[in-house]
Amino acid sequence: MNEDNISIYQEEKEGLDPIKRIRFRVQGKIDWFWFLLPAIVLIVAFFFLPIIITFFISGTNMSTATGFQNWKWIGVKSYQRIAAHPDTLKHLWLTIKYVAFTLVFFNLGMSLVIALLTTHIPRRAGFLFRALWLLPRITPVVIYVMMWRFIAADAPYGILNQILIKPLGLQTQNWLPAAPFLFIVLVNGFIGASFGMILFASAIESIPKDLMMASLVDGSSYWQRVRYVIIPHLRWPLLFVTTYQTLSLMTSFEQILVLTDGAYNTEVWALWAYQKAFSTYSGNLQWGFGTALAAILVLIGIILAVVYMRYFKFEELVQEPKIETL
Amino acid sequence: MKVNLMNLTKKFGPVTAVERINLDIKDGEFVAFLGPSGCGKTTTLLMVAGIYKPSEGDIFFDGQQVNNFPPKDRDIGMVFQSYALYPHMSVFQNLSYPLLLKKRPKDEMKIEAQRIADMMGIGGLLKRKPGQLSGGQQQRVALGRALIKKPKLLLFDEPLSNLDARLRISMRGEIKKLQKDLGITSIYVTHDQIEALTMADRIAVIKDGILQAYTDPENLHDRPNTLFIAEFIGNPPMNLFDVEIQSEGGKLFANPGDGLKLAIPDSRKPKKTVKGRVRMGIRPQNIHIDSKEGFDTRVFLVEPMGRDDLIVCKVGNTDVHFLVDPIMRLKMEDSIKLKFDMEKSQFFDTETELSLLWG
Repeated sequence: MNEDNISIYQEEKEGLDPIKRIRFRVQGKIDWFWFLLPAIVLIVAFFFLPIIITFFISGTNMSTATGFQNWKWIGVKSYQRIAAHPDTLKHLWLTIKYVAFTLVFFNLGMSLVIALLTTHIPRRAGFLFRALWLLPRITPVVIYVMMWRFIAADAPYGILNQILIKPLGLQTQNWLPAAPFLFIVLVNGFIGASFGMILFASAIESIPKDLMMASLVDGSSYWQRVRYVIIPHLRWPLLFVTTYQTLSLMTSFEQILVLTDGAYNTEVWALWAYQKAFSTYSGNLQWGFGTALAAILVLIGIILAVVYMRYFKFEELVQEPKIETL
Repeated sequence: MKVNLMNLTKKFGPVTAVERINLDIKDGEFVAFLGPSGCGKTTTLLMVAGIYKPSEGDIFFDGQQVNNFPPKDRDIGMVFQSYALYPHMSVFQNLSYPLLLKKRPKDEMKIEAQRIADMMGIGGLLKRKPGQLSGGQQQRVALGRALIKKPKLLLFDEPLSNLDARLRISMRGEIKKLQKDLGITSIYVTHDQIEALTMADRIAVIKDGILQAYTDPENLHDRPNTLFIAEFIGNPPMNLFDVEIQSEGGKLFANPGDGLKLAIPDSRKPKKTVKGRVRMGIRPQNIHIDSKEGFDTRVFLVEPMGRDDLIVCKVGNTDVHFLVDPIMRLKMEDSIKLKFDMEKSQFFDTETELSLLWG
């Protein structure tokens, strides 16, 4: 704020000159706008425009065959094709299963367990463990997934076969075709868990020490403290992770792409969309149909986000900014 | 419940926070741990609570070693400086939490919570959340939560430090009364000597993790066994002088400077024969204006404190603080005659800082 504004502000506070007060308000709004402009530009350019373009292309028959010149407007034909497609239900059901399992067992469950364990051991050890758990997230996806393929590879190769199955005298297997769903959940879950782990661990560490001690003195076991004191303090990160990870799992496909490329019934919706639009055997990339598939994901995502926001009462959970009360 | 601490020691890496503390607490006794911040008093309390494990030494409750007991098996209640109320629970839930953990029936929880709340004067607030309570009310909830399971030992960690001055005084009395009525053995950690002196049966003074003294308030005030205690206890603090002790005709004299010679009465003769310089201490309330027998000096500073005026004079290079009735209307540069009540003087060894009179 420049000096001019400060003096106006002071007068405004003292309730003088109504005209100046109005000027201050208008000026205040314009300041707001300029400060927000860069963010608005970024959000519009990278969030809203792509969605609009997606919906636009999904209404066309654009493909490698039509090129960018000869496409035609076909309205909702792509959506009708999806509705009638024999694989639609299969992909949808797989996606729901994949999102639900990964979310519940890894992004929430495992990350919570790791966060709780690493905050109950000596601080440094906990920190080190969490840092190690972040490694998959900073490893390039292809390398990370290739490692999983080494783990699951068929006999006589494969870490799983060599280290676990053979010494125990069990039947070796080609693990990917044997348990494809398990592996797509594991591959995503081990990365996904680190997100919740960071948020939960920092939320646990920010619970006042006195409160943690008080609970023990009041007679709780460590488990009872988790249940009655720690978990209630994690409400906000739990809801946030649930919401955010649901949406990001729904649209994630890169690990599955590298792991199985959709083989053995692992073609989730987002991968289906990708393959139709960018990677078909015939070589005719159906951009229009692919974006229609993607647009459906966007719609489901928006609906879910709104439901989550309403259902979890996010506004109530957001703390009043401390700076306002100063 | 009786509490014994034997050679209790706590180390955090290379730092020794508490060093070989030995302490006996009688059944029903109210003991204060008093010391400046960072002296190890809270660490000691947390070891008694079972939050920290002692590095060395033992803790006994009624003769039973409890070193490895988790807090829940120690039958204790604790009140924290921050109140440590669970913000997501109502007052009722906060109060009944210890009973919930013991899996007591719902009816009992309701009756007990209401009883405790009424006792603490917060009976009408059971449905509120801690965030909707004042500091004093939160403090009462915290106290009620500590009491509800009828613990055998109550621990207080500076419970009044976050309250305003007036409330602190009234809560001080309430806590003391409650403790006497219920007869629960209590340990009260504080850095405020007034709290310790007014509330405790016995005070353990701790400095740098070492127990300096463990005695009743009167002894602590009148017969300090170290220089630290003499300086730390009492408000305004004790005046201290570097003096030389001289013997003349079988009598001892101390000279605090300015050619003064103060006769040391027999009751205050240093036990050990000392040569050279010692530290002499005299409390502000034991210095009086005496126009007949006093020595001449000038008022250097007047600090009105309401009931008294705190006067600062110079004797030698030392500031001397003492109290006078404001009615005397002393002003700066006034000439006055001062007399030290040497029957109340204290002497300390310069090197060891131990009392030459007691100890």
